[in-house]
Amino acid sequence: MGTRNFLWNFTKKFVTFGLITVTVSDRYVTVVPVRGGSMSPTFNPKTSSSTGNISDDYVLVEKFCLNKYKFSHGDVVVFRSPLNHKETHIKRIVALPGEWFGNRQNYDVLKIPEGHCWVEGDNTASSMDSKSFGPVVLGLIRGRVTHVVWPPHRIGAVKSTPPERLSSL
Amino acid sequence: MKFVNYISQWRSAAKEALDHTAITLKFLCWLHVTNNYLCSPTHVYGPSMLPTLNLAGDVILAEHLSPRIGKVGHGDLVVVRSPLNPNRNLTKRIVGMEGDTVTFFDPLRGDATQTVVVPKGHVWIQGDNIYASHDSRHFGPIPYGLIQGKVFFRVWPLDVFGRIDQ
Repeated sequence: MGTRNFLWNFTKKFVTFGLITVTVSDRYVTVVPVRGGSMSPTFNPKTSSSTGNISDDYVLVEKFCLNKYKFSHGDVVVFRSPLNHKETHIKRIVALPGEWFGNRQNYDVLKIPEGHCWVEGDNTASSMDSKSFGPVVLGLIRGRVTHVVWPPHRIGAVKSTPPERLSSL
Repeated sequence: MKFVNYISQWRSAAKEALDHTAITLKFLCWLHVTNNYLCSPTHVYGPSMLPTLNLAGDVILAEHLSPRIGKVGHGDLVVVRSPLNPNRNLTKRIVGMEGDTVTFFDPLRGDATQTVVVPKGHVWIQGDNIYASHDSRHFGPIPYGLIQGKVFFRVWPLDVFGRIDQ
């Protein structure tokens, strides 16, 4: 009888804890790992070479921006890939809806459609971003990255201007 | 003695208040999880789905499990987030999945038919009332990730209460 009671209590606590965790991570704030070097040197600065991922960065993602979908230039966002809904990407917003945007590679000027944005990785050499799949629908965005929380020596806020590059046109 | 009594009274009141807050919080969390992962009610209005859903507004239930495991297909009614305004939801029918060839025509723009291939990771959605629907014919195929839920049940109006068939 005692063990059953204990198990029952344990399950109840476990389920409650799970519910609260899921709710908080869905609505307010969550922590996700960054894979790959497409955002180096902002995240994973060492993995851009072929050494593999020794240390993935863990970043704090806030979800309050999803109430209004108001973003600004240089925000680093987490979004579902338009090509495969099971993947998520982390990239930096370069252009917002309704803006004219000039591509640095072939000097095309294009207008970002309503409800879309243009995202690019900080590591332009190896990044799967809007240059390959076009503007991203705002509805696919799952949150905004604000801080790096792990590893300890890299803890700090994420700046909203990409390193050594013009922020936008 | 009076002081001790007072303290203990105050403590029990605080404990009760704390318990109530915890219960409310748990309930809200539970609501959030069922709403986002199981099923949620949606109010649909407008002329775009006319023979299937009424003009005046239906309350329908959308379940969120099948889009998550990739079990939505041709002819399913889905709730999607609008690609033009992320704060709005649309209810439309899936006409083509990725890799399909879709032939469509827009009666408001003339009789010419167009044929497109739906790109990878996208779906083609259309309203049942092709004369008054703003859908993939205007904004193109939409990413699968925008699908929020699959409509399976109608709650209101009561005379058509029941499952919605494909």
